[in-house]
Amino acid sequence: MTFHQKIFAVAASLAIFVVIVWLVRDRKLKAEYSWQWLLTGCVVFVFVVWYDLLVKLTGWIGAVAPTTTLFIFSIIFLVFVSLHFAIKISQLSDQVKNLAQKISLLEAQAGRSTDIANQD
Amino acid sequence: MSRRCIIIPAYNEAGQIAPVIEGARRFSDAQIVVVDDGSVDATHERARVAGAFVIRHPFNMGAGVAVQTGYKYACQNGCEYLLQMDGDGQHHPAHIPELFSMVERGVCDLAIGSRFLQPGGQRTGFWKHTGIRLFRALIRITTGQSVTDPTSGYRCMNRRVFEYFTADSYPWDYPDANVIIDLLRMGFRIAELPVEMSPNPEGRSMHRGVLRISYYFFNMFFSILVVLLRRKSD
Repeated sequence: MTFHQKIFAVAASLAIFVVIVWLVRDRKLKAEYSWQWLLTGCVVFVFVVWYDLLVKLTGWIGAVAPTTTLFIFSIIFLVFVSLHFAIKISQLSDQVKNLAQKISLLEAQAGRSTDIANQD
Repeated sequence: MSRRCIIIPAYNEAGQIAPVIEGARRFSDAQIVVVDDGSVDATHERARVAGAFVIRHPFNMGAGVAVQTGYKYACQNGCEYLLQMDGDGQHHPAHIPELFSMVERGVCDLAIGSRFLQPGGQRTGFWKHTGIRLFRALIRITTGQSVTDPTSGYRCMNRRVFEYFTADSYPWDYPDANVIIDLLRMGFRIAELPVEMSPNPEGRSMHRGVLRISYYFFNMFFSILVVLLRRKSD
């Protein structure tokens, strides 16, 4: 890895870290959703300072170039992020459905109570 | 509060809902509850004027969610027997007393109105007929029991069944063969009654268009697989 590549990779990982911390500080991103992005920044940083690990990993998975390893792990990471959000959306959909049903039932019961009160 | 209630899920049924409510009232003294699934027409006003208790969803969520809201209402209001029928006038209300009677006498936990047990049966479109035959076979293979009309929405059930249906696992869009297999696996008893059904007066159907039919088949097969993989204690 050339010196320029190292500088770029370190800058990218630091940028990810700073942006995520900034978003959490501004309450635009919840801390519980920030860990995977912080982890990404850390992994990039580790590979920069410990390039031999990336080369070893490339050998273990049978890839030819370390860049291929990075791309493969990036894609796997994005798949997991999408899956994580799909699970969260499913949970939120259930919560929205239950809330909407509860509101509908309460509204209907309140309407009935009002009708009874008006009759009296 | 009546021990019986009739749940009518409705979505944009302003033209049909009043005669459906009147028909149901002619044949039963049960409380009639219309669940308006976020209609953009006058369904809820017409249902209210016709004398039904109306529960209105803030937005459209699907037929499964609409009937589930009805189940939750029945649970909260001490109902013991619940009958559900479509809001588009396809289900003839003359069968309401027989369906209630089957469940109340303990013949079964869930009574399904079957259009195919009528003498001469009933003609349905090619895809619907193929689907029904396929799901009948799946029910027989997975549970060993025979249900002739797994897509019928004309059903009557006791409290144990509708309490079971209030779980989050209840399907949002198509509660058909999947819920029947689930109930049979859980040990509930299901029986059928021959009923007359008419086609939708406005020619509408939930299963129209290649994409919808494909999605329906995928959804049904997948949810049946999930039901079969689920442990009985879940």
